[in-house]
Amino acid sequence: MAHIKLLNEELPGIVGLLNYRPETGKPLTDLAEVLLRGPSSLSSGEREIIAASVSYWNGCHFCHTSHAAAAAAHLKSGLSLIDDIKAGLPQTPVSDKLRALLHIAHQVQRNGKNVTEEDITETREFGATDIEIHDTVLIAAAFCMYNRYVDGLGTWAPGPNEAYAEMGERMAHVGYGKF
Amino acid sequence: MPHINLPKEFPGIRSLFMFRPETAAPLNHLVQTLLHNPHPSLSAGERELIATYVSGLNTCKYCCSIHGAIAQHQLGNNAQIVKQVLDNPDTAPISSKLKALLKIAAKVQSGGKNVIASDIDLARNEGATDIEIHDTVLIAAAFCMYNRYVDGLATWQPDDAALYDKMGEQRAREGYLTAPFKVTEVTDTINS
Repeated sequence: MAHIKLLNEELPGIVGLLNYRPETGKPLTDLAEVLLRGPSSLSSGEREIIAASVSYWNGCHFCHTSHAAAAAAHLKSGLSLIDDIKAGLPQTPVSDKLRALLHIAHQVQRNGKNVTEEDITETREFGATDIEIHDTVLIAAAFCMYNRYVDGLGTWAPGPNEAYAEMGERMAHVGYGKF
Repeated sequence: MPHINLPKEFPGIRSLFMFRPETAAPLNHLVQTLLHNPHPSLSAGERELIATYVSGLNTCKYCCSIHGAIAQHQLGNNAQIVKQVLDNPDTAPISSKLKALLKIAAKVQSGGKNVIASDIDLARNEGATDIEIHDTVLIAAAFCMYNRYVDGLATWQPDDAALYDKMGEQRAREGYLTAPFKVTEVTDTINS
């Protein structure tokens, strides 16, 4: 049970919180929509992998599993992607550029100051642009927020990967703040 | 030097807002709602103290300095209270409820799961409401984002206390949605 009395206790994870406080829910979903589904040279599948990986590193089961399911829906990879993200993506075809961006995201997850000049240089060598580096840092930072919000208020989350399949499809193809 | 090519007239998150207006809009609306808009029971000054404290824990100089300056202006130009909260909330001249909320904020900063039932009970015993607990957790979580964003791209973070005071006075009065000064103009004002 959550640490506060939500309006609808059946809604899992962040969904119950967005419903509880629509004033903050609106900018939170607008941010997710532009970061993960807005126009970008990074595909939505790649951006959802960054979001899911950061959430896994932060130990947030709801955000990791739901965003990995959204990545799977974009990439039509099947739900095995959820566990592959935990293992560092050994089974998923991932570009060198995305691997370098994931390294930057991991540095941000620990603390912003951990990102070094060398990290940035290496990412540029794989073709990353300023806006891709910017968006990667902001996605990683934003999930350090969403994860703490979801876990800090003690929300509940479904357990098994399969429980997230439909949610992932809606996140990928309907969008954030629209269901 | 910033990791990416940012406008040079603006420090910290303001340079990032100029670089990417599409993400600036929701980020700015979130901070306006959390810290400046009317709240049922927490003052803007109290909410700014939570933001300042978390930014201090994350060692983000820009966010800690600017929100500290805004808090100071929201609290009747009281710089001492900001300094004392940053040093040790337990001995700062703030309410027991705010002390309990700052304990929750510190737990959130170190990891959401670190917030446990006894932290919530302590805040409730000091009179905290559900919405105050909710907003404290979200302010702390949001500054774990803003701090990483500002530091992760190595934005310019000036050392000039008078500059933060000037920017903080503007934000306390106007909120977050108005255009920022160009720092060169602010510096001219301070030096004139």
